[in-house]
Amino acid sequence: MSSPADMEAALGEELHRIAPDIEVSDIDRKGELREEFDIDSMDFLNLVTALSKRFDLPIPETDYPRLSSFDNAVAYLAEKVA
Amino acid sequence: MSAFLMPSLGADMDAGTLVEWLVTPGTAVKRGDTIALVETQKGAIEIEVFEDGVFEKPLVEIGAKVPVGTALAMIGHPGEAGEGAEVSAVVEVAETADAKVEVPSSTSPAVTETAKPVPSVPAEPAKQAAPVAAPVAAAISQPEPATISTPDVAVGIDADTGTGDVVRAGAQTTRVKITPAARRLAEKSGIEISGLTGTGPDGTIVLADVPVAAAGVEQAAKPAMQPDAGSGALSGMRAAIAAAMTRSNQTIPHYYLAHHIDLSAAEDFVTQYNAGRDAGARILLGALFVKAVARAAKKYPEFNGFFAEDTYQPSPEVHVGVAINIRGTGLVAPAIHNADQLELDGLMDAMRDLVSRVRAGRFRSSELSDPTITISSLGDRGVEALYGIIYPPQVALIGFGMPVMRPWVVDGMVGPRRIVEVTLAGDHRVSDGHRGALFLNAIEGFLLKPETL
Repeated sequence: MSSPADMEAALGEELHRIAPDIEVSDIDRKGELREEFDIDSMDFLNLVTALSKRFDLPIPETDYPRLSSFDNAVAYLAEKVA
Repeated sequence: MSAFLMPSLGADMDAGTLVEWLVTPGTAVKRGDTIALVETQKGAIEIEVFEDGVFEKPLVEIGAKVPVGTALAMIGHPGEAGEGAEVSAVVEVAETADAKVEVPSSTSPAVTETAKPVPSVPAEPAKQAAPVAAPVAAAISQPEPATISTPDVAVGIDADTGTGDVVRAGAQTTRVKITPAARRLAEKSGIEISGLTGTGPDGTIVLADVPVAAAGVEQAAKPAMQPDAGSGALSGMRAAIAAAMTRSNQTIPHYYLAHHIDLSAAEDFVTQYNAGRDAGARILLGALFVKAVARAAKKYPEFNGFFAEDTYQPSPEVHVGVAINIRGTGLVAPAIHNADQLELDGLMDAMRDLVSRVRAGRFRSSELSDPTITISSLGDRGVEALYGIIYPPQVALIGFGMPVMRPWVVDGMVGPRRIVEVTLAGDHRVSDGHRGALFLNAIEGFLLKPETL
């Protein structure tokens, strides 16, 4: 398990690369991640790829629903990342 | 020898500004090699040559505006007798920090050759946005040796002999290949050239390889990429799109067809393909859409080609334009070449690469000039159908809406199925609804049997 604060920072960084025009502070953290950051399926796959590489985490497609919102994604990462 | 002309980069593009030469005089080039970087409303475009030959000399200065049809460079063709076609300058820069840049006197004869070459018109004249005869005649009737200023052409001193001898490309030296624009930027920024890796032709270090330049090129691209305020005069990319779409609706008689496709098999295929694969190797449903349309387009030539000057030219190849949204700025639809022949993983890689380059504001000229048909997909945005406007000189556009679960009748029973609505916008001068319906059904056929894609 890692600290949610660290995971939040990491997720924020990766999201910023994909959606540089949107600030985490501006979005609804419980809202649909893709909608809040205006990212499409290609963006989402790139996000998963980046997180996967960064944390050496498989993130299978079956786990995608756990990344449904910013808060949920932070919780998922905090749980999975050693 | 002939003049290589600035190619048309799409219906909505008139002119660009030359930012960088990517090759130096004397370099042999193959069809598809990039020779120059041009900044446009859409971003930085790498201009590719159409034929094999030797890049003899540039005809345009850095910073010059280059409308479609402008003679950019002289290309020597294999087997030609030298018309003063001497290699005019050294092609590599010595690494020594104090390398002096001199123009050996032997360069002048090559530069003053008078131009009697026949303009080399690109292979598909139908795609040119405007007649090119006039600008070319003007460009080559007054060859100006002084047009190219010395700093634009890389010249170096042979470190071994210490003389300014002319050295041909490919000479065995320990020098670093770098374009003049990149070299100037590196020197200005105090960056060690020897530490850079070149991504240009033959490993040449180009502007984009200089770390500061990466920001610089994006800076240069930014004026074109500013998000629209939503009011006021149209600028940059938005203006380009407006021009193309206006022209399309004014000249192309559109007809529209819609069809629903059951994606159950396609979705299962993607799930199975992706299971056990790293994220970087997974495919998207969108890749199946591109492949299905490409394969169907091969069978229905009236949807895959170019219409210009009252003539339709079907294309023997299928280059699918993929509409890509650029955050806050607009839309481009560059081509994935020969999409019908790519395997799904190769196609997915091509799409990934294209999207990332496009969003960084960087394209290859053939990606903008070559699409033979375009796909636009708004599936992620939550609308069920998309009725598109054809991008001239193409004659068809396929739109995919959002795949949704619907009650569907299969084998006499109602059950939930993932259904997507696909639309065809067709040019009624070239095709009619009957053929359009067959075309859409062909796309459906491929998506129902994804293992055949």
